[in-house]
Amino acid sequence: MESVHAVELKGITKRFGSNTANDNIDLYVDRGVIMALLGENGSGKTTLMNMLAGIYLPDEGRIFVGGKEVTISSPKDAFDNHIGMIHQHFRLVDVFTAAENVVLGLDEPGRLDIKAASAKVKEISERYGFEIDPDKKIYDMSVSEKQTVEIIKVLYRGADILILDEPTAVLTPQEIERLFKVMKAMRADGKVIIIITHKLNEVMEVSDVVAVLRKGKHIKTVRTAETDPKELTELMVGRKVELNIDRKTPVDPKPRLTIAGLTVKDGEGVKKLDDVGFIAYGGEILGVAGIAGSGQKELLEAIAGLRRIEEGSIIYSPEGKAPQQIVGKSAMEIKDAGVAMAFVPEDRLGMGLVGGMGMTGNMLLRTWNKGKGIFVDRRAPEKLASDVMESLEVVTPGIYYPVRKLSGGNVQKVLVGREIASAPSVLMTAYAVRGLDINTSYTIYNLMCQQKDKGVAVIFVGEDLDVLLELCDRILVLCGGKVSGIVDARTATKEQVGILMTSVGGKGGKADA
Amino acid sequence: MSTLDFIVALISAAVLNGAPLMYGTSGEILTQKSGNMNLGVEGLMFMGGAFGLLGAFTYGNAAGDSASGVVAVIIALVCAFAAGMAGSLIFSFLTITLRANQNVTGLALTIFGTGLGQFVGELMRIRVGGNVSISNALKVSFAGSPFPKFLQDIPVAGKLIFGYNVFVYLGIVMIIVMHHFLAKTRKGLYLRAVGESPSTADAAGINVTRYRYFATVIGGGISAVGGMVYTMTIAGTVWNHTGLSGEGWIAVALVIFCLWKPINSLWGSVLFGALLILYIRLPIPFIPTQIYKVVPYIVTALVLIMVSIRQKREDQPPAALGTAFFREDR
Repeated sequence: MESVHAVELKGITKRFGSNTANDNIDLYVDRGVIMALLGENGSGKTTLMNMLAGIYLPDEGRIFVGGKEVTISSPKDAFDNHIGMIHQHFRLVDVFTAAENVVLGLDEPGRLDIKAASAKVKEISERYGFEIDPDKKIYDMSVSEKQTVEIIKVLYRGADILILDEPTAVLTPQEIERLFKVMKAMRADGKVIIIITHKLNEVMEVSDVVAVLRKGKHIKTVRTAETDPKELTELMVGRKVELNIDRKTPVDPKPRLTIAGLTVKDGEGVKKLDDVGFIAYGGEILGVAGIAGSGQKELLEAIAGLRRIEEGSIIYSPEGKAPQQIVGKSAMEIKDAGVAMAFVPEDRLGMGLVGGMGMTGNMLLRTWNKGKGIFVDRRAPEKLASDVMESLEVVTPGIYYPVRKLSGGNVQKVLVGREIASAPSVLMTAYAVRGLDINTSYTIYNLMCQQKDKGVAVIFVGEDLDVLLELCDRILVLCGGKVSGIVDARTATKEQVGILMTSVGGKGGKADA
Repeated sequence: MSTLDFIVALISAAVLNGAPLMYGTSGEILTQKSGNMNLGVEGLMFMGGAFGLLGAFTYGNAAGDSASGVVAVIIALVCAFAAGMAGSLIFSFLTITLRANQNVTGLALTIFGTGLGQFVGELMRIRVGGNVSISNALKVSFAGSPFPKFLQDIPVAGKLIFGYNVFVYLGIVMIIVMHHFLAKTRKGLYLRAVGESPSTADAAGINVTRYRYFATVIGGGISAVGGMVYTMTIAGTVWNHTGLSGEGWIAVALVIFCLWKPINSLWGSVLFGALLILYIRLPIPFIPTQIYKVVPYIVTALVLIMVSIRQKREDQPPAALGTAFFREDR
């Protein structure tokens, strides 16, 4: 006789129009277990979990919580069944404090007592080892703090079943470690944790069981101890894949961008980049590492001409042409000279893509001024859209389907694909693989390498240190807007880069760094 | 007239003219706090003005000499409030349930409301065969101060503190209650959450639809009362088909000026009330009255510019203002 499962899904199906997101899924989790839900982008992981959280209603199938059949038709029903979900896009009110966000929507009797709520937030924080100030406003918080508030919010409601949707996508290595510690503390407390992810190393590190979804179907559930990343990848992708980055030694690198003394301030006059200097070579991938908000975004924007430069020079030396100073040139001139930027912001659609337009329309954004006459040339972008769709395997009903409605990873493929297609001589990408599954990530890494082999100077701003070390030739580490150090990616270690990330020159680093 | 007298008179007139705005604005603030942008305030105030007058007038005719001022005031309030609720219920149904565009629906409500108000007002006029007006005894209950004469007779303070009509005091109490509701109560917190981020509120188990309906319908009722206050006090209980025009739009502008905080509408409406009548009280030679009339809008624009320069998060409009909410949308 088997014990009752904490959560069990039977024959769950969910369709969006003609698109079947989940197809007859059977799945269960037991108490005190961390389950990883693994799958490529658009495989239906989030959709499935949203049905547990009361965001979507299943079209078919039954849900059992603690052995009892339940109907979860609203988030409130989910809470009543002790299910809490931490969404990838945080569900927090920016102008409220942490405590105000935590008590949101509760049916507690009596007057609103924020002080009591703060006290309880503190108590929960201490129990699981969070660090949070209950009276801090959300807009003052870092991504990791916001996530902490989200977790406390569901714990405050007495959730026993926690669903985390790609919780590590926006965290630094140190923050991820802290999160995993908390998750293990919660597991020890008898809670069920479902973590949606596609990072295999995390799956191996933190989970007890792994459920793999592919194209809306539940493929298999395996014990983490009895599997390895290779098997999981094959289950996820459905065929054997080679996860290798073909990193060649740069051939005859020539300086492409020579940057010296670059200083940039933000709207409040705070220095975001402080005396930054480096050389980016053609035929080389220069990685940029740093804690989120160390000036990565400002650096790329300054080079692309989108940000006012206080001081410094950027000399651009295109192949076979005289070097030119690009400080003071307009973004359009810089783009036309061959400097391309693909920046993937946290919300993906914020920069570079128009959500309501299809792939074709978005391709057009780069070429609108190319055509002759007063009419827009639609044929070229159409072809480009089809090419990108094919080569990067974008899952979309068609090239005219609004990109806003695509899953996050697919949106990103469109963005990166478009920038690469413009055949630049400097290619800058930031967080190009943020939230992408492993297969697509490697597709993009190899696209970068191809560009490098063509002699393009690639600047790759990344979050995952393992990838940076594997992909790049050199790594520039930013810390608080200053260049903390430039290391050779072939010989440097993760620890070395980690220390540079937290202190300029790697001196006086904090003990936990 | 001494300077002191002039200032006292100016302030009294400012408060008198500010009272309709106080209602119009605070009602719209409540609405906008839920994320609903109801541009139909102009229409709602017209409806409130016409139906408030209709109610008081019908009651005055029916009760004859035995008519009670208090009852007349209550009837006018209830009629105006109900008219406003009905108007904003249409708006709510279209924008919340059917997710129509809020701006377009609001403009349509303005056209509908002004039309209906004019229709009712003109119909009354034709029926009566002249100016619609209630008895002088009843008029005092609307336009006169509710305080005893000896309080009103205190020099300066009597006029400045006790000299206003009952709606001014009622409005002040209503705004303080609304401020407390939004700032301190659980429901108020939830309502603000709905206006800032409906998906957050929804994920937290708050019924977004219910809160939006509640805030929009109550807010619409309050706004409509503003129209009634105008007709029954400033316009002297006479239906005048141009008198109300523009009041609703100034109320919408005032919402921005008040930075979506009801407590600011206490002094904001008085300030705008002053700007509205400055051309009568403080005429400057060679400056046409039209210049005076655009001043409220210029002030609003300046406030908007200053707020966006300062970028203080608490002063920004509710983040979800003007957007419909659909749970399964992504």
